[in-house]
Amino acid sequence: MRQGLAKTLEFADAQLLRRAPLPRSYSDFLGRKLFLFLLTVQGLGAFSLITSGVILRKFRVARNVMRPLIRHEIARAGFGLLPMFMFVAVALGFLVIGETVSTLARFGAINYIGTVMVVVVVRELGPLLAAFLVLARVGTANVIELGTARATGEVEALETLGIDPVHYLIVPRVIGMAAGVFSLTVYLIIGALVSGYLCAFLQDVPITPGDYFKQLVESLGWLDFALLALKTIAFGFFIAIVTCYHGLAQPLRLSDVSRVAVRAVTQGIVVCVVIDALFIFLYLVA
Amino acid sequence: MSENPKTAVIEMSGAEVCSMRETSLAMIEEVNWTVVAGEFWVVAGQQQSGKSDLMMMTAGLMPPAKGSCKIFGIETQSFSESELADRLRVGFVFENGQLFNHLTIMENVALPLQYHKDLTIGEAAEKTMALLELMELKPLADVTPANVGLSWLKRAALARALMLQPDLLLLDNPLNGLGARHVKWWLHFLDQLWHGYEWSGGKPMTIVATAEDLRPWKNDARRFALLRDKKFSLLGSWGEVASQDDTIIMELMETSLDTTTYRKE
Repeated sequence: MRQGLAKTLEFADAQLLRRAPLPRSYSDFLGRKLFLFLLTVQGLGAFSLITSGVILRKFRVARNVMRPLIRHEIARAGFGLLPMFMFVAVALGFLVIGETVSTLARFGAINYIGTVMVVVVVRELGPLLAAFLVLARVGTANVIELGTARATGEVEALETLGIDPVHYLIVPRVIGMAAGVFSLTVYLIIGALVSGYLCAFLQDVPITPGDYFKQLVESLGWLDFALLALKTIAFGFFIAIVTCYHGLAQPLRLSDVSRVAVRAVTQGIVVCVVIDALFIFLYLVA
Repeated sequence: MSENPKTAVIEMSGAEVCSMRETSLAMIEEVNWTVVAGEFWVVAGQQQSGKSDLMMMTAGLMPPAKGSCKIFGIETQSFSESELADRLRVGFVFENGQLFNHLTIMENVALPLQYHKDLTIGEAAEKTMALLELMELKPLADVTPANVGLSWLKRAALARALMLQPDLLLLDNPLNGLGARHVKWWLHFLDQLWHGYEWSGGKPMTIVATAEDLRPWKNDARRFALLRDKKFSLLGSWGEVASQDDTIIMELMETSLDTTTYRKE
């Protein structure tokens, strides 16, 4: 158990490299950055595989302990963020519609308002914005909690009790975040679409609610639903992986926690953008 | 599960102990040590002598840099899921307790039972409260560790380690920072565990503790070892320890603190 985790966390050794003085030549500097990037990718890949393995293998282990933990994480990464998401949804609807309605009306293309909303809100902005907000609100908390737990020896304490730290600490967060990003994205999209119509109504755009929602329905295909679900679950999964990985792998001193939190958020954003790009490619291919 | 009195519980042969935080740093160079079932060992050493690292390596939290370390005949290096039953025969108490800050004292103590027996907190409550009562922790059951003093934290950590009734109990500097009343309680309670306590079904427990001060541990039945200058030395019984003509040992056994002299480490 310990060896498995230690192997995953080998990236911590790379931090010595990170702290080494900067090399003088630019090519050395780039080489070191590339090497660190590859180490990070390797570490994150291994960590996500181990976590997936633990989720599948220990699905039935200690369910009475794990269920409340998972519920707590879903509440934290889902219900707890609902008021903020409702505000963002309304703001997003007003902003997108506010900008696009006047432009579309100028070119007599008001009939495309539903299509624009689907492409902009359902496919792109909704999931990405939800992922970024969850990363900022819950991801940072993850890094700090796990980093502190590692620095204060709680992870070792779990191991002495024969409890797999990945199962107890990581699995609930991964499931909670995947479920949280998915459900919050759905709320965000619904809120943005409804507030989008309200904005259009306030601007005297000649479109009835029936026409608006008909446009939306016609613009949405089964692929949108399937890819939306996959994409948001992937966002949640990888945000949890990146933040938990940095929380568990890095800090052995409390002073390192804040530095690592910043790095985890940066990498989380990069990972979300990469996943989003992959899904754009999938949309185009499909 | 109870051990034959002659069975080796811990076997170290040429084991090199490295630092838990800096794995490239060797803290103790060669440990050759066998702990037989039913023994009570006290490993003494000053600060930074590697006591905690030795305990953590013994508990299987890190492998030896060289040599071998076996618990119940199993290499700690290969402790995996399949050896979980043997893993649970070892109880470990950290120097600062290392309780989980997001759980209450009761939840902390109940966690190993809940996790390994798949129980809800309600189902584990009866046994947990009985143990808390035994250890005078019942009034603190619903308090989080951040609001509890070190003496009680350590006691709660002991309760957590005893929850699954281990055969081997490893204690990292348990008496450090405790008041006289708590020290007395600990020594009395550990002696009861060692001889076979009702809580653990009357079976004698093998105990290994580390210490910075040997005085409280004075007892002819216990066995002693010393960590000094990266060396692990077996000292034997209290009589043998007392007969040693060694400044460090004499310091560790001083009955009153002599402040007129100070030996630089």
